[in-house]
Parts: sequence; structure tokens; C-alpha cells
Amino acid sequence: MNDLRRYLFSLRLFIPLVVAIFLVTVQSSFAQSDSVQTQPRQDATYTPAPVPPSPPNNVVLRDSPNDNGHAIEVRWTLSADDGAGADNVVLYEIYRAESADAPDSLWLKRGSAIKGAGVYNDRGEREESSASYFPKGKDFYYKVAAITLDSKSFSSVAGPMQARDNWFNGTRIPVLLYTIIFFGLTLFFINAAKKGMNLYVRPLAGIEAIDEAIGRATEMGRPILYVLGLGTASDIATIASFTILGRVSRRVAEYQTSILVPCYDPIVMTVAQETVKTGYADAGRPDSFIEDSVYFVTQAQFAYVAAVNGTMLREKPATNLYLGKFYAESLLLAETGVMSGSIQISGTDEIAQLPFFVVACDYTLIGEELYAASAYLGREPLLLGTLKAQDWFKGLVIISILGGIALRLLTSPEWVQKFFEMT
Amino acid sequence: METAWLTLGALLTIFTFSFLYKDNVLYKIAEHLVVGISAGYFVVLLIKTNLWPIMSQRLFVKGDEGWALDQWWYFIPLILGMLMWTRFSKKWSWVSRYPLAFYIGIASGLTIPLELKNRVVEQISASILKFKFDFSATGFLMVPQGAWDTFVIIGVMCCLIYFFFSKEHKGWFGGSAKIGIYTLMIAFGASFGYTVMARISLFIQRIQYLRDWITAITS
Repeated sequence: MNDLRRYLFSLRLFIPLVVAIFLVTVQSSFAQSDSVQTQPRQDATYTPAPVPPSPPNNVVLRDSPNDNGHAIEVRWTLSADDGAGADNVVLYEIYRAESADAPDSLWLKRGSAIKGAGVYNDRGEREESSASYFPKGKDFYYKVAAITLDSKSFSSVAGPMQARDNWFNGTRIPVLLYTIIFFGLTLFFINAAKKGMNLYVRPLAGIEAIDEAIGRATEMGRPILYVLGLGTASDIATIASFTILGRVSRRVAEYQTSILVPCYDPIVMTVAQETVKTGYADAGRPDSFIEDSVYFVTQAQFAYVAAVNGTMLREKPATNLYLGKFYAESLLLAETGVMSGSIQISGTDEIAQLPFFVVACDYTLIGEELYAASAYLGREPLLLGTLKAQDWFKGLVIISILGGIALRLLTSPEWVQKFFEMT
Repeated sequence: METAWLTLGALLTIFTFSFLYKDNVLYKIAEHLVVGISAGYFVVLLIKTNLWPIMSQRLFVKGDEGWALDQWWYFIPLILGMLMWTRFSKKWSWVSRYPLAFYIGIASGLTIPLELKNRVVEQISASILKFKFDFSATGFLMVPQGAWDTFVIIGVMCCLIYFFFSKEHKGWFGGSAKIGIYTLMIAFGASFGYTVMARISLFIQRIQYLRDWITAITS
């Protein structure tokens, strides 16, 4: 019993001793492994050398096609580390110099392309004063760098290559074809109309109302307000409106009523003055034309609206004609016209403004109806022939769409895709 | 000073809004002020941003030995522009028709092919290339995308038929034209709602301006 007691007592002393030795051993071993692991970090001079990616190669230059001669297209084969290998290329940088052996400082970075892209269009401005001016007819050399997060590698230098302007833009061939067809149709139908071909035109309420509106103004002894909108003389809608203005002013002169034409653009004002003057002359009343009836207001959109609105409320025109190019002012004008109690006829090819005219005007000429209005009013062979050609052209558009879709769905030929893909 | 400008802007805003009641002298003040100032502003702007840079940077350039003729062809628009001034003479006003004819001719020549490209060929291209006829993927309202594509193409065809002027709208042709005008009205309705929302935001902006003004003059 005493032996057992002695044994247990000695064990009681021994166990803490063993635990203590174990703890000291473990701690020292951890400390040792720690010091082994942190050794490289404590060494401040150690930096692993970045491994540069494989360079892009086969850099090919060509004059950018179908342009005005201020661009060069650069193509290259992707780096072996782009999408494969180390897969660490993040982008490509394109450098340009005026000689192949130019020092690094003279190689200008022209732009960058994302990984996977093997083409870059180095495009600049044609104005010499521009910061991004790109001279044409001058030799340039290019090289491409594959970029990783910490290194880059350059391709060999390619060149020389010159940017040259192209006489013909191949991407516009569909436009050329449709233009030729349209003009062919127009000439054919004008000729047919001149030879006496009977050309039917369906009635359009908005156009028939123009004559009624002029008559109404005459009966009421109040003027007609003709607004050409905010377009310039180069807008198709404004050009169409000039033709209608000519017809309207002729009727106005015949009925001995008055017309007011406030203008937004000085050139439009000058053309409008000539148009109205010609209308009066055609009616045999050139002396009745008052030059101040066609006047310039301002080129600020809402200032123009303010002035025209004021005219509506003060002059109380019997008829308001809004024909041309309109923007945000369309509803402001048409609403004021309703307030002044005028009959209103509008027409524009601006799709965003048509809803406002539809809700606020008595009659609205939608899009192409505006272009057709002059033919309706004049009934001349030249204009009726054009109208007939437009209809045939629309038929061609329908056939093109249906035919194109059918070809794509049935055979999916590449040429349909290529033909209609334009720059 | 800032408050004074703010007050001027607020007063002109109120003068303009007074038009909603009826035409009055306050509206006339605002109208004449904005028309006069804007007309003068645009004259100066055009001289400074168009006429003067063309004359001083293109037509003539200033070198070490003074001004020298550079791009002589800019004389052509300059002379054409000056011919417009003959309108002030009764005897010579006919001359001004030449620059106008030149301008309209050039503008039409440039615009017609551009309009054909943007409004015709690109629309045809989009109609053909965007048409997928894919009935596996669902689109808006869980309707297959192919059905929507077909719906759009039918709408386009019917709209084109509506704009035929030399054929009577009777029978199937008239029916198609009617679908065309309905399609247009649906598009106009959507456009109307969208734009009205934008206009309301402009109105709110003006009201906020007036609120800022009241805050500035009362604080």
C-alpha cells in the first residue's frame, strides 16, 4: 500500500514535468518553423524577376480602307500567353514612330486593345490644328506590346505604312444601289407623267384642309401663320416645306389675304422670302408682297417659341401651319395655337414630335405625307411622277425586307449579312 | 450679387409663367428680353466661333513675317456669304439668289444620300439582320422572341403600306394600311408619355429654382 502511495506521488510529480517538457518542445519547434517561413520576407532586397509574356508577332499594317486617309489598321497574332500558356496578358499597347530605329522616347503610344483582340485601328483627325492630327502620305512604323500586370514584351517593328484617302467607300454600295434605283424610278415616272399617264393619288385630309384653312383666313380677315420649324435649309423637311410655302403663298396672294412667316434660321428666312415673293409673282400680284411678312426672330429655340407664341396671341391668325423640322417646341406652339382659336395643320418627319402635333392640331401630316404634300397641292407631272416613284420604292423596300429575311432563314448566306453590314 | 441674379432669373420665370393666365405686359417684357438677348448673343457667337477662326486660322495664317494667305478656297464661301448682302439693294438683290441656289443644291446633294442611308438602307438592314425567328427564348410578357420579331416585321410592312399614296386604300391593302396607322399610333402614344415625363421633370426643375430663390431671399 505504501509502495502504491509512493508510486502515485512520484507520478504526480512526473506528469507536470512531462507536460512542461512537451510544451517547451512544441513552442520551440513552432518558433523555429516561423523563423524559417518569414526569412524571405525579412530580406528587403529580394524581388522575384517578372517573367515577360511571349510577344505578339506577325504585325501587319494596312491603310484603313473606305476612309478619308487618316488611319492605319494594325493587325497582329496574339501572344502565346493570351488565353493560353501563362494566360497573363491583360491588354496590348500599340506604339508608333516615324522611323524603325527610333529611340524609345520617340515611340508614341497610340492606344490599347483588350486581350484577345488582334486588331487596332489607329485613327486620327484631319485638321492639322487638332491634337490628334494624323498626317496622310507619311511613313509610319508600328510595334505592339503584350502587357501583363508587371511586365511587357514588344513585337518586332512593322512598317513603313502610309495612310491614304480612298475615292470610293465600299461600305456604301447598298446606298448607291438604292439611290440609283430610286432616281431611275423617279426619272421614269416623271417622263411617264409628262406623256400623259394618269397618276392617281389618294386623298389626304390634312392636305385638302390647307385650301379650306386659307379660305377660312380670308373670310375672317385674319392672317395665316406659317412656321417652318427649327430646321436648316439643308433638312429635307424644310425643303419640302418651302415647296408647300410656295403653293400657300400663291393661294394667299390670289385670295388677297396676308401671311406671316417667322423664321429661326437666317438662310431659311432668305429662301422663304424668295419663295413667298415667287408665289405672289406667280399669282400675278408681285406688288402685294410685303417683305417684312417673312422675318427672322432668333436662333435660340425657346426665345423663338416665346416670340411666335406672342405673335399668335396678338395677331390672332385664323390658320397656323407648322410644316418642317420641329423639336421640343412643337407642343408649346400647338397648345398656344389652340388657345388662340386657330385652325392648325402640322407636318413633320421628326418622329418624337409627331405625337404632340397629333394631339394638339386639327390635321397632321405624318412623315412622308409632308414630302408628298407639295405634289398634292401642285398636281404637276414632275411632282406626281416623284410621288409614284416613291411608292414603287416603298414596294422595293418591302420586297427587300421580306426577301432578305427569307434568304437568311432558309439558306443564311453570308453575302446577305455582309451586304447590309455598314460602317 | 448672386442673390440679385437669382432674383432676376426667378422674376423672369414668373413673368413667363404668367402667360398661362393670358398674354400680358410682364410676359411681353420677358419675351422681348430673351429674343433680343439671344439674337445678339448668337450673332456674336457665330462671328467668334465661325467667321473669325476661318479667317484667322484657315484663310490667312499669322507667321513670323505677318499674315499670309493659306487656304485660298475659303474665299469661295466668304464671297458667297458677302453676295447675300446684295439683298439690301433693289437693283442687285437678284445676285443673292446665286449663293442660295449653291447652298440649297449642295445641301440637297449631301442630304439625300445621307437620308437614304439613315432612314432607308439602315432600317432595311436592321429589319433583316435583327430578325431571329427564335421561338425558344421568351421576351416581353413571356411571349417568344420570334413572335415579337414577326409582330415588328408585320408592323413595319403595314406602316409602309399606309404611306402608299398612288393606290386606293381598299380591301386587304386598306386593312393593312389601317393596321399600319394603329401601329404608328401605339408608337406615338408611348413616345408621348415618355416625353411628357421629361417635360414634367423640367417643370420640377424650374419650381426648385423658385424654391431656392425664396430660400435665398428669406434666409
